[in-house]
Amino acid sequence: MDTVIKARNVWKIFGADPVNYLKSMPEGRTFDEIRADGYIAGVKDVSLEVSRGEMLVIMGLSGSGKSTLVRCFSRLHDITGGTIEVEGQDIMSLKEKDLIELRRNKMGMVFQSFGLLPHRTVLDNVAFPLEMRGQDKHDRRKRALEVINLVGLEGREEYFPRELSGGQQQRVGIARSLAIEPDIWFLDEPFSALDPLIRREMQDEFLRLQDLLGKTIVFITHDFDEALRLADRIAIMKDGAVEQCDTPDQIVLHPATEYVAKFTEEIEKSRVVHARVLANPVNGSAPEGEAVRAGHTILQLARQLVNDTREELPVADKNGNLIGVMNRQEALDVLLGAN
Amino acid sequence: MALSSAGEMDLSHEGESKGRDPVLLSILGLAVVFILAHAIGVLPSWLVRLPESWIPPTAEVLDVVFAFVQNDLGLIHLTRFIAEGPLEFMLDATANLLYGKRRWPNLGPIPWTAIAAAGTVLGYYLGGWRLAALAGGTFLWTALIGQWDIAMQTMSVLVVAAPVAFVIGLLLGIAAWKYTWVDVVIKPVLSILQTLPFFTYLLPAVIFFKVGPTAGAVATIIYAIPPMILMTTLGLKKVSPEVVEAGKMSGSSRFQMLTQVYLPSARTEILVGVNQVIMLCLAMVVLTAFIGMPGLGAKLLAMMGSFKLGRSFEIGVTIVLFAIMLDRLSKAWVVKQPEHHEKGTPWWKEHAFLLAGLAGFVVFYILAQFIDVFTEIGRRQSFSKGKEIDTAIKGFLALDGVRAVTEWLRWFLNVKVLIPFRNSLLWIPTSAFILLIVGFSYWLGGRKSAIYAAIFFTIVALSGWWDRSVITLYTVISAVIISMLIGIPMGIVAARNEVWAKRILLACDTAQTFPSFIYLIPAIMLFGVNDVAVVFAIVIFTTVPLTRYTIEGLRTVPLEITEAADMAGATRRQKLWSVQLPIALPTMAVGFNQAIMFAFFMVIIAAFIGTQDLGQELQRTLAGTELGKNIVLGMNVALMALTFDLTIMAWAEKRKKSLGLD
Ligand SMILES: Nc1ncnc2c1ncn2[C@@H]1O[C@H](COP(=O)(O)OP(=O)(O)O)[C@@H](O)[C@H]1O
Ligand SMILES: [Mg+2]
Repeated sequence: MDTVIKARNVWKIFGADPVNYLKSMPEGRTFDEIRADGYIAGVKDVSLEVSRGEMLVIMGLSGSGKSTLVRCFSRLHDITGGTIEVEGQDIMSLKEKDLIELRRNKMGMVFQSFGLLPHRTVLDNVAFPLEMRGQDKHDRRKRALEVINLVGLEGREEYFPRELSGGQQQRVGIARSLAIEPDIWFLDEPFSALDPLIRREMQDEFLRLQDLLGKTIVFITHDFDEALRLADRIAIMKDGAVEQCDTPDQIVLHPATEYVAKFTEEIEKSRVVHARVLANPVNGSAPEGEAVRAGHTILQLARQLVNDTREELPVADKNGNLIGVMNRQEALDVLLGAN
Repeated sequence: MALSSAGEMDLSHEGESKGRDPVLLSILGLAVVFILAHAIGVLPSWLVRLPESWIPPTAEVLDVVFAFVQNDLGLIHLTRFIAEGPLEFMLDATANLLYGKRRWPNLGPIPWTAIAAAGTVLGYYLGGWRLAALAGGTFLWTALIGQWDIAMQTMSVLVVAAPVAFVIGLLLGIAAWKYTWVDVVIKPVLSILQTLPFFTYLLPAVIFFKVGPTAGAVATIIYAIPPMILMTTLGLKKVSPEVVEAGKMSGSSRFQMLTQVYLPSARTEILVGVNQVIMLCLAMVVLTAFIGMPGLGAKLLAMMGSFKLGRSFEIGVTIVLFAIMLDRLSKAWVVKQPEHHEKGTPWWKEHAFLLAGLAGFVVFYILAQFIDVFTEIGRRQSFSKGKEIDTAIKGFLALDGVRAVTEWLRWFLNVKVLIPFRNSLLWIPTSAFILLIVGFSYWLGGRKSAIYAAIFFTIVALSGWWDRSVITLYTVISAVIISMLIGIPMGIVAARNEVWAKRILLACDTAQTFPSFIYLIPAIMLFGVNDVAVVFAIVIFTTVPLTRYTIEGLRTVPLEITEAADMAGATRRQKLWSVQLPIALPTMAVGFNQAIMFAFFMVIIAAFIGTQDLGQELQRTLAGTELGKNIVLGMNVALMALTFDLTIMAWAEKRKKSLGLD
């Protein structure tokens, strides 16, 4: 698959003289030791890749470095060490002009507290990135109205941000970030400032948009449920470092570290784990009878799992092709939460 | 309760440790030794007053330096060029438009009715019918009372000075925000400029820019720039980081970031800056009367000088009305938020106010061509009641009861309080005086404040104007003490009742917008021209911040704490003394500080009524062209004011921190 963002050993250190500090820092220094030296490791030796059309969710507690990492990707922060390539281009080597071009054409970002310009109407806020790149007035109005319709704000074009509810303001933020038709879409806790009910609604809306647009997305949240709903892959951060980066299924089934295990403890695994993940290669002859759907979660298969008596269940994809067999006991363990 | 008792323990503990502090004890001890030695006549004379021979010829040196800069470096040509070029051109144009001075564009004077109409619509646009009435009423009053022309003389400078100060302040503010080195250079200059008495602005302006409106405008502009710089920087720094990031992610270039993201987002602070620029300009433009600027200030000066109380009073009302109007309008602009128009609103509806304003202006402009009083209300047609008011005031003052009170007050203050106090301050040897001030700064503000105090007061002593400085200080201290006796109890009483607190705060707010000149009027009315009137004027002026910050301080006491005190069975008095006041004290200190600054400011203006302090000397320098002396005197006032400023603010900071109030 085509890699859009490739980060290798990325460091972002805050403090008086981070570059020299990082150079002289002994290998394997922990977050707390760095802090004792008077520096803060916002991002600590992170390597990860984001593929085209993928939604990577970064999650972790507040202060774990999520926002900092994403701001490194968009070069709102200059990184202290390592490299970041966006579509094969080392972004730290970009000149200011090229960076502005990159942002004008390829990247969009949505912010937790919306970051709207208070003196501009909805329409002018959404058209702002187009204005910045010098598009003519008629064109940008047309495009802005398009995205405003897309996020369901038609009729509010002339409102000012303070006249809108939080959810509506974030729709403006989303519309603005989409106005330039970016390839890469960063969202930094876009729904955290909203009420739970609205949050749910916005998540649905967001999934609808993503189905429609199929962008490469880096989405930050500190809410595990939100991550599970949206993610193709989840990266869990702690103290600036990525503890584990994997599919939701793998994270709940095989937490890589103590911390991740703790994090996933409360999660009902059967809602996350799909049959596909539990499928083992067929050994010898395939079992007879009805197959379970690979794309279903174990919870969705609960009734079948309990009623069926076979030891091994065949797993088939949505076209009916056999992809493996699932151990029923193993699946029941997931369902009942046994270890 | 926990907080307050901790605060109290802290207080007493601090008191104890300070009481035993060896540094403080030795400073004060030394001062006492000097004083006693002086009393029995054994203190060496150089410790009593610095000998003349020790005093460096600062003023003369400065004069030479200025002469060099002015003549040999040719700076004067540059400044005169600016003055006679663009600045004078703008001033002439506004003078023509507003009161018909014969200059380009030769269109004026604009009829007063046209200006009043446009102003009323503007008032309505910004703040509904209240501000419409305020704006309309102010213009109407000014015209009817027959002061339109002098008011417009003042305004013609204001409408040039304020925008120029705004632009310069904005640019410098942006520079200070963008480049650290500019900030580093500008910060100390600003803090000095803000404590520098206005007189120090006037003389350089006169020398470099000729007497009259140009010099007045220059002094006014320079005077009004500092707060604009500060507000701009503050606003730009406060722009939310997410808005900045959103701007960057939208692909804004640096210039676009500044003009499209930062400046519009800092709108509120910038407009607050505009409000301050306008108010400072008004205050200063009135004071430029001292350097021969015609207008309301000059008229007031003349009327007060010839003891025409009625006319003084009327001019005072005009100035106050203008101050309130300008303040309220510009503040309304700060809070005015953009409103959206429904789709399909016709364009004339979107711009209804602009059109109405224009229409009013044009209609009256045309009407005025046919009806004379719409253009100008002449002297004989005006409704001025100067003479009658004059007679009434003088009659009232001559009433036996009133007279007895004012005379007694004057006698009591003068003979029993002010003169003895002044004489004893003057008696104290310079060395002991400085030590006492240093000890005070050390006790309140700590070591750093004490060092500043020592340096600043030593410079004052070396300036050669020690006695005058002490007299200045004496006036300031007496006035501030008296206004504390009035303002603090008033604030405490007002704070008990939410409604009254609000009313008094509003009154204080309004009073603070008046140009300081105004406060002389009642003082002169009641006491005539003498020391008591000066102190009285300063007292009125400084009671305002003291009352205001007492109320605000008491209002910041968290409700839970007073409730806890109630539940602990505290009486009202106990609650006030041991709970509310300790917590309110840091805020009250800000008011105290402001009061002292105001007092230093006022003391110089009051020199007009004949005092013997620095102010009077400063005034004299204006008559001649003793620039060096002017600056030395100005520096003396600034240094004394700064000493108190630094000390009190250091103390307030410490208290706030120890109370966990930040
Ligand atoms: N500009 C900055 N200067 C100094 N420290 C920062 C800065 N930005 C973030 N940090 C620190 O980096 C750490 C990670 O912050 P952040 O990425 O905002 O966390 P998250 O988004 O996960 O809540 C925090 O400890 C924060 O205090
Ligand atoms: Mg964050």
